[in-house]
Amino acid sequence: MDKFTTLTGIAAPLPMVNIDTDMIIPKQYLKTIKRTGLGQFLFDEMRRDSTGKENPDFVLNKEPYTKAEILVAGDNFGCGSSREHAPWALKDFGIRAVIAPSFADIFYNNCFKNGLLPIKLPEEIVEQLMEDAKLGANARITIDLEKQEITRPSGETIAFEVDSFRKHCLINGLDDIGLTLQKDTKIAGYEEKLKLSQPWLAA
Amino acid sequence: MTATSKPRTLFDKIWQNHLVDVQDDGTCLIYIDRHLVHEVTSPQAFEGLRTSGRQVRRPEYTLAVADHNVPTSDRSKGIADEESRIQVETLESNVKAFGVPYFGMTDARQGIVHIIGPEQGFTLPGMTIVCGDSHTATHGAFGSLAFGIGTSEVEHVLATQTLVQAPAKNMRVTVKGDLPFGVTSKDLVLAIIGKIGTAGGTGYVIEYAGEAIRKLSMEARMTICNMSIEAGARAGLIAPDEITYGYIKGKPMAPKGAAWEQAVAFWKTLPSDAGAVYDKEVELDAGDLVPTVTWGTSPEDVAPVTGTVPSPDSAPNPGKREAIERSLAYMDLTPGMKISDVKVDTVFIGSCTNGRIEDIRAVAEVAKGRKVAANIRAMVVPGSGLVKQQAEDEGLDVILKEAGFDWREPGCSMCLAMNADKLAPGERCASTSNRNFEGRQGRGGRTHLMSPAMAAAAAITGRIADVRELMR
Repeated sequence: MDKFTTLTGIAAPLPMVNIDTDMIIPKQYLKTIKRTGLGQFLFDEMRRDSTGKENPDFVLNKEPYTKAEILVAGDNFGCGSSREHAPWALKDFGIRAVIAPSFADIFYNNCFKNGLLPIKLPEEIVEQLMEDAKLGANARITIDLEKQEITRPSGETIAFEVDSFRKHCLINGLDDIGLTLQKDTKIAGYEEKLKLSQPWLAA
Repeated sequence: MTATSKPRTLFDKIWQNHLVDVQDDGTCLIYIDRHLVHEVTSPQAFEGLRTSGRQVRRPEYTLAVADHNVPTSDRSKGIADEESRIQVETLESNVKAFGVPYFGMTDARQGIVHIIGPEQGFTLPGMTIVCGDSHTATHGAFGSLAFGIGTSEVEHVLATQTLVQAPAKNMRVTVKGDLPFGVTSKDLVLAIIGKIGTAGGTGYVIEYAGEAIRKLSMEARMTICNMSIEAGARAGLIAPDEITYGYIKGKPMAPKGAAWEQAVAFWKTLPSDAGAVYDKEVELDAGDLVPTVTWGTSPEDVAPVTGTVPSPDSAPNPGKREAIERSLAYMDLTPGMKISDVKVDTVFIGSCTNGRIEDIRAVAEVAKGRKVAANIRAMVVPGSGLVKQQAEDEGLDVILKEAGFDWREPGCSMCLAMNADKLAPGERCASTSNRNFEGRQGRGGRTHLMSPAMAAAAAITGRIADVRELMR
């Protein structure tokens, strides 16, 4: 997995609540058997009309946001399906962090598996960052995961919370399957106990 | 696993039963008893196993099926769409290579993952069950902790039969009283989502309790747990009882003989202890409910069939106001318009929410002796091959076909429109599925969620209609 340590970049404002995974990546692009190449279809139905023509008003079609690395959005970002294609598409487009007042649980988990950092902040702070994001190229935002700190274009810093284990994995780019496999003895021990306590579960 | 005298919830008990390891920082590793796999969210997971030289740890605890991409028309010619076909073929080669049990497209047991798990007795109380699909919450109806996961987690479960998780908070939704005539579990769950909102359950597992829930069949309970994710909760739970055991007994993969007795004795220890504390409590009176539909593009946008389309002025905050305005524009509806004046073009009956035998019976009951209105496309897609077979054994297909419904092959179909079944831009659909997001059933398509009986009434009348008027 790609490491996430610090990031300074352009933030795109997407002031909508309940941005669902069907919006982030419509189902016709879930037919892929790869993880890559989905960036071109990110927010497809908002970015393009039904003939494939780009919608000039959509934020990610406007300069400098075509190079955005941070997304600032409304409540309940990533609600809907479990499709990991949503973080894959964001990542492939170039987005490395999403800031919102709240996230749907499955999407939030999926981000951490892909080197993408979701940051939850109180609504009034997200609104300030939304205003920063609207300033475009002159208003870069810095995210420092080690320090758990966002620096606004004004230089003001904002602290954020993140689970310590997820932070550790993200900073070091750790593959959690590898980490779990180190606990193989514990897993095998659990399975042995299970055979006795709930024997009907052993198929 | 420390013994504790503190009263525990159903969730607490299942969680503690499955702890393999707890790290110093509180991160938990939990054992996964059963894993359902489908073609859309698994190819990259199997590819990951292959590139790292890993095996599936417990193929016998895994069950794979193709459901999202499969055609619901004649299958003898295979899948016409090349990408869909490749995805299903990829699953077929993966299950072969890794030795995972699989119900192929022509197997009578094929169907939507969340329909076939319960049908086979693969789903049992007290288990942890996962699938790369958010509607895995369905299986919570059996008192099993079931939730959707992403593809990286699918790979993690395939390789280790465990997941790294943080415990959820407990929420209890208590439904008192009885569901009135013509009101179903779908109306109830839509009302619950309307009450707590699409993010109301974020971070929680919702346990549904109360006398209205206890009286429901397993099919109806599955409809409720299924849509927990639309309320933001990854999992819904209903304590197992005699209705649960009655449903499971005799299912192909259910325990038999002495093992059955032993299992039931264990399952009886699962319900929440008296005095267990919940982080959040919500109460509803079933007696207050009427048939409910959605008018907007979020499952929380609900209205009684007797009501009207809301105005943005009713929004509690600017964010919601903008969302309502956007929804109304997308849905082409005007504030104040009567819900029962909304005309539809298409009716979709099916999905993991409402593709079970009871749902098809409910549709047939309304359709019997009636005709689908002119110019309405009405399709019924059974949730599995076994549901289809049972419906045909009961003669329901004949009733439906005589009424003008299209009787199809099983699969996810127009719930998410990954196969050929989709809405055209601007087309309006009465749907028994679970999501009314923009473009969900096809780009530009407009979805109104409702119960199977209400969808049948929409097919007969050509508009959103109060099914109670047809049932009298």
